[in-house]
Amino acid sequence: MPEHEAGGTLGTPTLEVRDFLRRRREQIAQRWADEPLFRTVFTVSRDEAVEAGKVVVDALAQVADSQRVEDPDAAGFTGVREQLARMGAARSRAGLSATQMSSELAALWPPVENLLVADLAQASPEGLRECSTTLSVLMGTLRLVAMQTALSEGQALIDRQRLQLLEVATPVIKLWDGIVAVPLIGTLDSARSQVVMETLLNAVVDQHARFAILDITGVPTVDSLVAQHLMKTVAAARLMGAECVVSGIRPAIAQTIVHLGLDLGTVKTRASLADALGYCLHELGANIVNATPDDAGRR
Amino acid sequence: MSEEFSRPVAGHVPVLRLGDVLLVTLQGDLHDSTAQQLQQDLSETIARSRVTGVVIDISGVEIVDSFLGRVLAEIAAQTELLAARTVVAGMRPAVAITLVELGLTLPGLRTALTTEAAMELLAQPIVLSRSDGLRQESP
Repeated sequence: MPEHEAGGTLGTPTLEVRDFLRRRREQIAQRWADEPLFRTVFTVSRDEAVEAGKVVVDALAQVADSQRVEDPDAAGFTGVREQLARMGAARSRAGLSATQMSSELAALWPPVENLLVADLAQASPEGLRECSTTLSVLMGTLRLVAMQTALSEGQALIDRQRLQLLEVATPVIKLWDGIVAVPLIGTLDSARSQVVMETLLNAVVDQHARFAILDITGVPTVDSLVAQHLMKTVAAARLMGAECVVSGIRPAIAQTIVHLGLDLGTVKTRASLADALGYCLHELGANIVNATPDDAGRR
Repeated sequence: MSEEFSRPVAGHVPVLRLGDVLLVTLQGDLHDSTAQQLQQDLSETIARSRVTGVVIDISGVEIVDSFLGRVLAEIAAQTELLAARTVVAGMRPAVAITLVELGLTLPGLRTALTTEAAMELLAQPIVLSRSDGLRQESP
C-alpha cells in the first residue's frame, strides 16, 4: 500500500487520518449537517442529521483503521450501508438524478478538508499533502459505496415490481362451468408466457375446465415469438384434455400473422371473446337461444 | 386366456377391463421396459378381446420423458389400427409443460382432463362430424 511508504515521523497518513476523524468527529458531523445532502434528508431536526453524520464519520475512521481506504467492500462500510441507502432513497424520491446525488456527496469533501488543514497546521506541508490525499481517497470510496447502495436499492425495487407485474397481469377468469379465460394484456415475453401457461393449466385442473380461452385483445403486436408462445400454451392445454381457443385477434394482427406466414392452423381462433365463449358453450351443449331464430351461439 | 392379462404380474402394469374399455393406470416412475411391455400387452389384449377404447390414466405420473411420450403416441396409433380409440387422461400441468418444451405436442393423441371425461369421450359415437366444431385428432 502506498500509504505505508510515506510513513515518516507522523505515522502513516491513514492512521493520521483516522486519528483526525476521531478527534474532529463532532465538528465534521456539525458541518455536514448543514450540507444539502444531510439537511434535506433529515428535515425534522438538526440533531438527527448530526447523529447520522457521526455514524458516517465513525465508519470512515474504522475503514482508515483497517488500512483499506480504497476498498468499497471494507468491513467498516457495512454498518452505514443501510443509512446511506435510506438517504439515497430519500434523495431519489425528491427527484434527484444519480449525477446530482453524486455531486451532493462530493460536497461533503470541502468542509472536511478545511478542518484537516486547520488541524494539521503545524505539520510539514508534505505530511499534510499525504493526509489530504488519503482522506480524499477515503471520501471517494464513501461516494462509491453510497452510489452502489443507492443503485442496488433501485434494482431491488425494479425486481420487486417486475414480480408484482407478473402476478397482477395474469388473472384466470371462470366464464362458465368448464370454461376459463385469460385476458392477456401487454407484451408477451418468455417469462410472462411461462407464468400464463402455468396459471392457465393449474386453473384447468382446479376448475375441471374443458375449454380455455386466451384473449389477446390487449397484446399490442403478435410476432413469431408470441405466436410460438401461444401455440405452446395451446398444445399443453390440449395434452391435459382441455381445448384452447384464442380470441381477440384484431384485423391488424390477423394481417400481420398472414404476412409473417405464421401457421396457426392447429389453433382454434375467434374474433372476439364473445365469439369464443359462444363456441365453447355450443361445444358444451349449452345453446344460447336468441330472440331471432338464427343460431347466435355459433359463428 | 383372459386371466392371463387381467392378473398383475411383477414389472407389468395391470390392465383392467371395464365393459368395452380397457383402463390402464400408470403410477410413479415408469421403467422403459415396463412401458414397452405395456405397449405389447395392450395390442395383444385389444386384438383378442375386441374392446373399443383404451383409457390411460397418467395422473399419478410426475415425469414423462420423450421415450414415454413416444410410447403413448405409438399406443394410440396402434390401437387406432385395431379399431379402438386411446384417451390419455389426467396429465399434470407440469408434465404438459415439459412435453411441450421438449417439442412433443403429440398430435393425434386424444386427451381428457379426468378418467371420467375420458370414458364420456369414448362413449360418444366415433363419427364426430356433427358440426365444424369437430376436434381434429387424427391427421
